[in-house]
Amino acid sequence: MPESLISARGLTKKFGDFTAVDGIDFDVAKGESFGLLGPNGAGKSTTMRIIAATSRRTSGTISILGRDPEEHGPQVRAHLGVVPQQDNLDTELTVTENLYIYGRYFGLSKKFVNKKVEELLAFAQLEEKKDVKVEALSGGMKRRLTIARALVSEPDILMLDEPTTGLDPQARHILWDRLFRLKEDGVTLIITTHFMDEAEQLCDRLVVMDKGKIMAEGSPAELIKEYSTREVLEVRFGSDRNKEVAPILREMCDRIEELPDRILLYVEDGELLLEAIAAKKLHPNTSLVRRSSLEDVFLRLTGRSLIE
Amino acid sequence: MRSAVEIADARANKPGHQLYAGRARAIIERASIALRSSTWVPIATGFIEPVLYLLAFGYGMGALIGDISTSAGAIDYTVFIAPGLLATSAMNGAIYDSTWNVFFKLNESKLYQGMLATPLGPLDVALGEIIWALFRGLSYSIAFMLITAPLGLVPSWSALLAIPAAVLIAFGFASFGMAITSYFKTYQQMGLINIALLPMFLFSGSLYPISVYPDWLEFTIKLLPTWHGIELIRDIWFGVIDFSSFSHLSYFIVMIVLGLFFTTRRLRDLFMR
Repeated sequence: MPESLISARGLTKKFGDFTAVDGIDFDVAKGESFGLLGPNGAGKSTTMRIIAATSRRTSGTISILGRDPEEHGPQVRAHLGVVPQQDNLDTELTVTENLYIYGRYFGLSKKFVNKKVEELLAFAQLEEKKDVKVEALSGGMKRRLTIARALVSEPDILMLDEPTTGLDPQARHILWDRLFRLKEDGVTLIITTHFMDEAEQLCDRLVVMDKGKIMAEGSPAELIKEYSTREVLEVRFGSDRNKEVAPILREMCDRIEELPDRILLYVEDGELLLEAIAAKKLHPNTSLVRRSSLEDVFLRLTGRSLIE
Repeated sequence: MRSAVEIADARANKPGHQLYAGRARAIIERASIALRSSTWVPIATGFIEPVLYLLAFGYGMGALIGDISTSAGAIDYTVFIAPGLLATSAMNGAIYDSTWNVFFKLNESKLYQGMLATPLGPLDVALGEIIWALFRGLSYSIAFMLITAPLGLVPSWSALLAIPAAVLIAFGFASFGMAITSYFKTYQQMGLINIALLPMFLFSGSLYPISVYPDWLEFTIKLLPTWHGIELIRDIWFGVIDFSSFSHLSYFIVMIVLGLFFTTRRLRDLFMR
């Protein structure tokens, strides 16, 4: 395994009686794109904040580039670029000024920062908006600016907390493309998300968190292989008949899941099973064979009940 | 050219490096950039208020009152209130930036959260913001001096020392104002600051000597920073520097230290839990 940039053991964070992060272990290698997946309240953001040296752990150890963020907060933060869940851009300043002053917070020289700002404006595709106040930017532009701002100090690790939440599909794809370029440039990415397609697109390796614990760890493909089947057959018989048919289907397939509107059958070959179902004269109103996705893994590990 | 990591590493062994990165000036630089595009109306009103008091009370009421007897002898009423209003200018300027503006940055724009995600520490943010607020107090008091001098209200050259004293007063108010603001969560709580300030100004001896009060009230007023500020400037204005002047000075030094201490601690607790 290549050099480990971040290493956590038994990492725990409590707020009063509530345990937000419950003794987790993980490692992030240099150049890796590492994802933290989980429903709301799983402890992803808290974990991010501990890495970012803006939250103190309750117990356990964590080292970031060999340093303890509690002892060396400023030194750890100098290595990081942070993209928080909610944009906290400087609304009193323009796009250019936002990038410039953020570099100054790191103590970088005016000359260096001014040069870097030009580069970042191009990277974030914001050259035409460079003298506009940030209030006037669209959601996607604000997000790109926040990412560009995090890059002004040339960080080794870029931390992204739900980078595309609230963006439209076009804006998300532009953002993914930018993040992909960073990855190619060797920047280590740490991403939290609850979008499975985003995790599949961006993450080399990920952990699924729930209630402060790590439920599973691996590459997207590994996780699918381990926690789901190759394909999923979705059949709908109408909400009345679903109940009748389910026991029959249960005998034909190792793992099925009954949902209010449809039945999911986890199999290696969906078409084959569909033929077998048809042979029993059970004709579903609609059927769909699809490949298993990370979403199936996620729902299996964290359950389908709504977490609020 | 040094990288962000080299800059941070150079301070790794300094005492207090977790709280202070030695870069309060970056915060001041940010404020000066933001000033370029800010609206000038609230800035002007903060300055005009004491000038209006000077005109209304000094030249209006003053015509009825005539001279007023003080420890420095009998003084024309307008001359008597001028130093008190200069102190008020300094306070107004300092409070403008350190309360409502800080509240907005803390709760609405989440600006400090962004700053503290960098190697900056809470003391950088506190000190930078407070020094910036103090600048406004300084410029208000200089402007006030420039208005009063041609009117013949400044008795001597040594009264110019009131300017550095006004800086100290502004520093004290900015520091304490930011500390209090950092503990406030709602607009209603912020309203209390305004409610407290007006009576503090009116009753702290800016417009008449507090010797007119019963003992208990006089004693209470003497605990307030407004009274110490007004008295300090008045001592310098009329050249009667004595032990009490130094007690006023110390009052503000304590205020600055306490304000910085609590602001820094509060920022750390809010953003580095």
